[in-house]
Amino acid sequence: MVPTYYYLLLALALFTIGVVGVLTRRNIMIILMSIELMMNAVNINLIAFSSRLQQVTGQVFSIFVITVAAAEAAVGLGIVIAMFKNKETMNINEIDLMKW
Amino acid sequence: MLETILFYFFATIAVVSAIFVITRHNVVHSAAFLAATLLSVAGIFLTLHAEFLAGVQVIVYVGGILVLFVFVIMLISVERNIFERQYNRQWTIALITTAILVAEIAYGLFRGKDTFNLPAPAAAAAPGAPAAMGNSQQVGFALYQNYLLPFEIASILLLVAIVGAVVLAKRKTQAEESGVVPGMPFSRDS
Repeated sequence: MVPTYYYLLLALALFTIGVVGVLTRRNIMIILMSIELMMNAVNINLIAFSSRLQQVTGQVFSIFVITVAAAEAAVGLGIVIAMFKNKETMNINEIDLMKW
Repeated sequence: MLETILFYFFATIAVVSAIFVITRHNVVHSAAFLAATLLSVAGIFLTLHAEFLAGVQVIVYVGGILVLFVFVIMLISVERNIFERQYNRQWTIALITTAILVAEIAYGLFRGKDTFNLPAPAAAAAPGAPAAMGNSQQVGFALYQNYLLPFEIASILLLVAIVGAVVLAKRKTQAEESGVVPGMPFSRDS
């Protein structure tokens, strides 16, 4: 039986990698992928406790987290496409004007 | 024993794939490694006896969100991005800040790691449905009896997201661009 502590450490590792990805990369698509990594780390945490406490609440919460992640990915990618129509770049450094 | 082996197997694949996601130059390679990470997280859910969530993870995350990512990469990827500088100028500060964050959380986890060995409560005391049902059945009971309002709000959220994504990415027709409102006379400035 794997202790809950190991699952929390795994979630911490994935969350950290996601944070480093968001803070370090210039490519907007990889930043969005790192945000999905962070949400997966949160899901691992929720389901680890749901399994430990033998309740199903954590899994229901995880379903809603996945739902919100799907909605946010769709809208975020819509924004990326709309931005790409103005300036053909994927680097966030170059998107630095509000309107011209 | 098997559970421990499976946990280490899926955990190693998840962490290694996640590191590859944030370090590859080619965006499509990053998407492929993200698929590996999401599938191994689904495996982790299976070792935690959350079979319904594992299925939802594969279908929604890998089969929906990741495919959406790959489509958008196909639409807007530019070749020169692979050869440019990949990392921010602030990467040292980012790594230092992340190291501080990780140290804090890891210290908190380490100090409290014995408190996570909570005694499993009796089946009758759990507020979810009683045991001896399948996992999907338990989740279904909880969603439709105790958490019905968040379930309906989530469906409204998805509707809003769909409409928003379509509006954001829609290509304007020629009539809309020239200022003509269909059906209204004298709508174009002459």
